[in-house]
Amino acid sequence: MGAYLLRRLLQALGLLLLVSVIGFTILHLAPGGPLSQFAAGGTMTQADLDRIAHQLGLDRPLPVQYLDWLWRMLLGDWGRSYRDQQPVLAVIGSHLGATLELMLTSTLIAMLLGSWIGVLGAIRRYSLFDTLATVGAMVALSIPTFWFGLVVIYIFSVELEWLPSGNRYTVGDGSLLNQLHHLIAPSLVLALVSTALWSRYMRASMLDVINQDFIRTARSKGLPERRILFHHTIRNALLPMITVAGLQLPTLLSGALVTETVFTWPGMGRLFLDSIGYRDYPVVMGLLMFTAVLVLLGSLLADLLYGVADPRLRLE
Amino acid sequence: MSATSGRLDTLPARPAPRRAAAGALRRFCRHPLSLLGGGLLLLMVLACIFGPMLLPFDDLRIDILHRFAPPFSGAHVLGTDQLGRDMLARLLMAGRISLAVGFAAMALSMVFGILVGLAAGFYGGVAGAVLMRFVDAVLCFPSIFLLLALSAFIEPDVFSIILLIASTAWMEVARIVEAQIRALRARDFAVAAEALGATDARIMLRELLPNAVAPIVVSATLNVAHAILAESYISYLGYGIQPPTPSWGNMLDNAQSYLTSAPWLALLPGGAIALAVICCNFLGDGLRDALDPRARAR
Repeated sequence: MGAYLLRRLLQALGLLLLVSVIGFTILHLAPGGPLSQFAAGGTMTQADLDRIAHQLGLDRPLPVQYLDWLWRMLLGDWGRSYRDQQPVLAVIGSHLGATLELMLTSTLIAMLLGSWIGVLGAIRRYSLFDTLATVGAMVALSIPTFWFGLVVIYIFSVELEWLPSGNRYTVGDGSLLNQLHHLIAPSLVLALVSTALWSRYMRASMLDVINQDFIRTARSKGLPERRILFHHTIRNALLPMITVAGLQLPTLLSGALVTETVFTWPGMGRLFLDSIGYRDYPVVMGLLMFTAVLVLLGSLLADLLYGVADPRLRLE
Repeated sequence: MSATSGRLDTLPARPAPRRAAAGALRRFCRHPLSLLGGGLLLLMVLACIFGPMLLPFDDLRIDILHRFAPPFSGAHVLGTDQLGRDMLARLLMAGRISLAVGFAAMALSMVFGILVGLAAGFYGGVAGAVLMRFVDAVLCFPSIFLLLALSAFIEPDVFSIILLIASTAWMEVARIVEAQIRALRARDFAVAAEALGATDARIMLRELLPNAVAPIVVSATLNVAHAILAESYISYLGYGIQPPTPSWGNMLDNAQSYLTSAPWLALLPGGAIALAVICCNFLGDGLRDALDPRARAR
């Protein structure tokens, strides 16, 4: 176990190094570059621009800049935002809570709802419910998230006036109830794709388990169907879902960016979009690295948890 | 095994591939939804190509007197937008762009993905490992984050958007092809071809690739869906196709501000995107069942 963990960690670190090289190269080779926002004002001379470039260390060769950036990052200094000179980690930290709140809520919704749909679809295979769920999941995966968000806003905010159309809370009203009220629409919108994926994987996993010998044994022992379902089938069918949960992180993060834009939710996605607009490269780079770390951690954690939950897979 | 049957030229009148093709067609036709998806997609493509020629309105003609005309209420079948432009004409012209971006980005990402997958799967070793780790690393970035970061590189126009989307969509294909080629390479027919002195290029293109065609076709269909969605996302966020060139994505860009007064501005283009993507996905699903019965997702 220890050796396996070490190998996985080393692999993840190597991948992360590669990720940082790719991210750094993309951003620093882009035309315009960080200086273009200073030049855009039109009041600066070339000498001024050169001085700023020198101050920011942008006049050095790219590999030197990369190594310098990497070294500082490892020491916990992710640079400062060009926009307001805040440390990048602090900027990300101040937006992290909103995104996590949104992602955790919709993951919870997707797990509960998706598992329920998947289980029911598997035990009543090819029934009307199963067919509708299959088609429904396909449709849910095909709808652009932002458009679904607009439709939800139109129905529930504009026509019915049940839900607020955006923001995390009403200014001046920080109560929990008010925050939950604001959370409903965006988390449902973000949950759509995950629910569809979750229900499909859960159904497939259930069908794998249902046909196995120990279920037949349980049935021939005369156990009640309900007990077989909850104590034998679902418990085993949930195991591979740990991996699914880990692998859904990139999709979830992409969805969060779009959902946050539609619902003016002050999270990391919005921050990323704004920083791209301002060419605020340290923040963009920081966010790219941060999401990549999240994604890698997610898949690593999923693998490890799978080993914990299923002793058959523990060694290797 | 259908993988080997086409290779032995001494066999009389190779019957197997035809039977396989007929079986695939029969299996495909068993899926009413994928037939419907394919048909609707074809219809959409034809409508977008020929539709604008048949309409009395131009998609760019501004008619400020008739702005915000609701659908089904007058000369404009699907109403007009905030500048009085005919919605149907705009939807069809936007469809040309969005569908073209979808198919072109698919084609480009398939070519690149297949090349990388072929090279990595065939030669393996250090080069293959490096290529596939590169694929892994790029997949660590959530796709929209990557698309937006890359959008800093380009002046947005149709061609550069196609490049942009293709450059973020080839990784999955590369993975699929690499796995297929690596497995096929060890099979007898490939070893035989190698023993007969066939060149690497010939083994790759004539022996291995045709046998990996099923998953490639399926992933190509799903790739079109992905590309249409990606175009709509970045255009909606303002980094994609720029107005006045209409695309389904940028038609939605400022529709949000008119959601209360003119909801059809948001509902129609979004519906068009959803329909096109649903059709591609159903088509891909049917093709998967038809071409690759072993990998069928029940």
